[in-house]
Amino acid sequence: MNILFFLIPVSLLLLGAAIWAFLWAVKNDQFEDLDGPAHSILFDDDEEGPKPSERDSS
Amino acid sequence: MLDPSALTPPDNCYHCELPVPAGDDYSLEVDDRSLPMCCPGCRAVAQFILESGLGDYYRYRDAPGNNPEAFSLEMSEMLEAVRLYDDPEVQRDFVRRDEAGVDFATLAVEGITCAACAWLIERQLKKCPGVLKADTNLSQHRVQLQWDANQVALSTLLQEVAKIGYRAFPFQPDTQELLLREESRRALGRLGVAGLGMMQVMMYAVALYAGAFEGIEDVYRDFLRWVSFAVTTPVVLYAAQPFFRACVRDLAAGQLGMDVPVSLAITAAYLNSIWATWFQTGEVYYDSVCMFVFFLSVGRYIEMRARHRSDFATRTLLRLVPEVALRLGEGEEKFVPVRSLRVGDRLRIKPGETVPVDGVVLEGISSVNESMLTGEPTPKAIGVGERLIGGTQNIESPLVMEARQVGPETVLSTIVALLDRAQSEKPALVGLADGVARVFVIMVLILAGLTFLAWWLIAPEKAIWVTLSVLVVTCPCALSLATPAALAGATSGLARIGFLATRGHVLESLAKATHVLLDKTGTLTKAEFEITESISVGDLEPSSSLALACALESASEHPIAKAFLHAADSASSLEVEERSANPNRGVEGRWQGRRVRVGQPKYVSELWQEQGVQPPEQVRLNRQEALWILMGDEKGPLAWYALEDQLRPEAKAFVHELQARGLQVELLSGDPSPALQRVAGELNIETARGGLTPRDKLDRVRALEAEGAVVVMVGDGVNDAPVLAAAQVSIAMGGGADLAKITADAVLLGDDLSLLTDGLRWAHQTRRVIRQNVTWALAYNLCALPLAALGWVAPWLAAVGMSASSLLVTLNALRLHRVRQKT
Repeated sequence: MNILFFLIPVSLLLLGAAIWAFLWAVKNDQFEDLDGPAHSILFDDDEEGPKPSERDSS
Repeated sequence: MLDPSALTPPDNCYHCELPVPAGDDYSLEVDDRSLPMCCPGCRAVAQFILESGLGDYYRYRDAPGNNPEAFSLEMSEMLEAVRLYDDPEVQRDFVRRDEAGVDFATLAVEGITCAACAWLIERQLKKCPGVLKADTNLSQHRVQLQWDANQVALSTLLQEVAKIGYRAFPFQPDTQELLLREESRRALGRLGVAGLGMMQVMMYAVALYAGAFEGIEDVYRDFLRWVSFAVTTPVVLYAAQPFFRACVRDLAAGQLGMDVPVSLAITAAYLNSIWATWFQTGEVYYDSVCMFVFFLSVGRYIEMRARHRSDFATRTLLRLVPEVALRLGEGEEKFVPVRSLRVGDRLRIKPGETVPVDGVVLEGISSVNESMLTGEPTPKAIGVGERLIGGTQNIESPLVMEARQVGPETVLSTIVALLDRAQSEKPALVGLADGVARVFVIMVLILAGLTFLAWWLIAPEKAIWVTLSVLVVTCPCALSLATPAALAGATSGLARIGFLATRGHVLESLAKATHVLLDKTGTLTKAEFEITESISVGDLEPSSSLALACALESASEHPIAKAFLHAADSASSLEVEERSANPNRGVEGRWQGRRVRVGQPKYVSELWQEQGVQPPEQVRLNRQEALWILMGDEKGPLAWYALEDQLRPEAKAFVHELQARGLQVELLSGDPSPALQRVAGELNIETARGGLTPRDKLDRVRALEAEGAVVVMVGDGVNDAPVLAAAQVSIAMGGGADLAKITADAVLLGDDLSLLTDGLRWAHQTRRVIRQNVTWALAYNLCALPLAALGWVAPWLAAVGMSASSLLVTLNALRLHRVRQKT
C-alpha cells in the first residue's frame, strides 16, 4: 500500500492543474456566454452551401 | 434548398412573420419561388440576407426577424448619425487602440432573438475587409469587435449590421458593470475551487470511513488526514471567504445574521479537524467542511446570477439619454458628445430622437413622448418657449432647443437620486431563517460556553475537545441551507416561466404580502391606443374608410398612427398623394382628387368650415374617456374613430385571484381622468386614487407600511421608480421603463400579469418548504446538542447525521423545481 504515498500526491498535482485550468478559463471569459456556443456548432462556417440563384459572387 | 419555416403560415411575411397586408405585393422571387413580404423594409433585409449567401439564417433561426419598419425612421437618420462615431473625439469614450493600430470596441445590439441572429451578425461583420474579429455574446447581446481603422470605418460596420435588420451602437461598460462582472468571476472561481476540493476530500473521506469500520493502520489514516487538510485549506481560506467577510461585517454592525453561525461552523469544524490531525486523536470533518462550503456557494451563486442577468440586460438598454447631440454653432452644425454640453447651447432635435438635456424650445412645433416620466402614452404637444425634459422623445417634427440644465441637475438625474435614497431607506424584512439564526447562535454560544466551563471543572484535558464537538455537532448546516436551497430552487424555476426575481428577499416577502398596489397605465393597461369604435358617417364603406385613414397615417410615428396601423392588418392600402403631417393636429393628403384629413376634429372640420363637430351622441356617451379622431374631406365628415387604452386581457382574472387570496388591492395612478374609476369598477377594485404625483404614491406606500402592511407595488414607468424602490416588494413590467426595472425587486418578462399570481403561489410553496426545513434542522440540532454536550455522541455519528440532515434539506428544496404552473 506504500504506492499511496506516491499516487495521492500525484492526484493532488492533478487537482492543482484542474483548479488552475478552471481559474484560467474563468479569467478568460470562457463562462461569459453559455448559450451561444451550444448553437454555433450547428452553423456551417464555410462559404459553400445552398445559394439563391440570383446571388452574385461576393 | 431555402426552407421557409414550416411554422410560418404561408401568407405571413417570410422575414418577420407578421401577416402580409392584403393587396400589397412586396414579395421576393427566389429560386422560382415567391416569398411573401409584408413591407419594403422586410423585403430589403431579406433580399440582402439571401444575396449575401446568408440564407441559412432562415433555416436555423427559432424566432422571427425584426420588422425593420419598426425603426425605419431611425434607419434613414442613422446613416448620417453613425458617421459621428468615426470622430476620434467621440471614439475616445468607447474605442481602445493597441500598438499595432487595431481598434477594439464593444457593440450592444438590439434585436438579437436567437442563435441564428448571432451567427448572422458575425458573418455579416466578418465579410467586411478590415474586420479582424467579431464575437457575438448571445446572453448579453453584445459584439466584441476588432478592426483595422485604416481599412474600414466604424460607421460602415454599424451600417452593415443595420442592413440586416439589427441596431448596433457602441457600448461603454460602466464601472458598476465591470464590478459586477468581476464579482461574478470571483464567485464562479470560488465555486469551482469548492466543488473540486469537495470531490477530492470526499474520496479520502470514503477511505477514512471504510478504515474506521474495517480497521486502518494509523500511518495511512494520518496520511489521508494530512492530504485532506491540504485540500480543505484552500477551500476554507479562498472559497469560504465571502462568508467570513459577511460575518465580520455583521458583527461589526452588531447583528447576528446567518453568516455568523456559518462562519462559526466552518471555523470550528476546520480547527477541530486540524487539532485531531495534529494530535492524532478524535475525528476529522474535512469532508463536511468542503461539502458545506460548496452547497452554500451554489445557492449564493444562483441567486447572484439571477440578479446580474437582469442588471446586465437593463444596463445595456439604459440609453435613455443619447450619447451625442447636434449642436448649432456660428453658422455650422456639429455633433458633440452630450457630456460636453453646456447651459445655453442650442441643439437641434430631429423627430424620433431623444432629448439629450433639459431645456426650452426655441423653434418648431412638435409633440414629445413623456411616457418614460409620466407613464402616459399620449404624446404632449409642445411649442416655442415650452419646457423639454431630457430623456423624452421628440415625435413629429424637428425642434431647436436651448439647454437649461445639464448633467446632475436634469430631471432624470434628480429622479435617479430620489430613487437611490428611497432604496437605501427601504425597510428590510427579516427572513425566517435569519430570525431563527439569531436566537440559535446566541443559544449555541451560551451552551458551548457552559459546556466548556462544566468540562473544565470535571476534566480540563477534555474541555476544548468536547466544546469543539458541540460546535460541530450543532453545526447549523441544515439550518443555513434551509432557506438558500429553497430560494435558489424557486428562483430558477420562476425565471424559467418569466418571473425574474432580482433580490433575494422577493419570495419570502411575497408570501407575507398584505397589500398590492397597482399602477394603471402600462401595468393594468397596455399603454397603447386601440381603435375601439369606428363609425362611418360619409359615403365610404367602413373598410375603405379605415384603409384610407391607415394610408394617411402610415408615415407617422405618432402612437395614434400606430393604432391605425395595428387595425390595418386586413385592410387594403390605398394610394394617397401629397401627404403632409401637421404636428399635434393631424395628417392631410390627396386621394382620388379629394383633399382628405384625419386628426383632431377641430383641424379636420376646418376643411368644410364647421365648428364644434362632435361624434354621434349615443356613442359618445358610451365612450366618454375615449380620444375621438375624425376623418373628413371638403364636403364633410367621413368617419369617427374612438381610441382607447385597453385593459390587458388577463387583468380581471389577475385582480380576482389576488382578492381571492385575501390581499387588499389598490389602484394608484398619475392619471386624473375618470377612466380610472371605470377601470376600478370593471376590475372590482374598491380603492382607486387618481392624479397622484410620485411623491403621493410614495406617501401612500409609507403610510401603509407604517400600519404594518407588507406592500407589493406593481408599476412600469420612471414615475413609479421611487415608489418601486420604497415598497417592500416591487415588481416592474418587462415592457416598462428601464429605470423602473432596475429599481424593482422582480421583473415580469413578457408583460404578463398572471406571472405574478404564479409568483405568489410559488412564494407560498417556498415558505412551506423553508418552514419544513427549518423545523427539521432545529429538531435535529436540539436532539444532538445535549447528547454532544454530555460527550455521548460518537463524533463520526455526528458527522453522518450532519451530512444526512443537510442532504434531506437540499432534497426537500429541490421539490420546488417541480411546482406546477397552474393549479
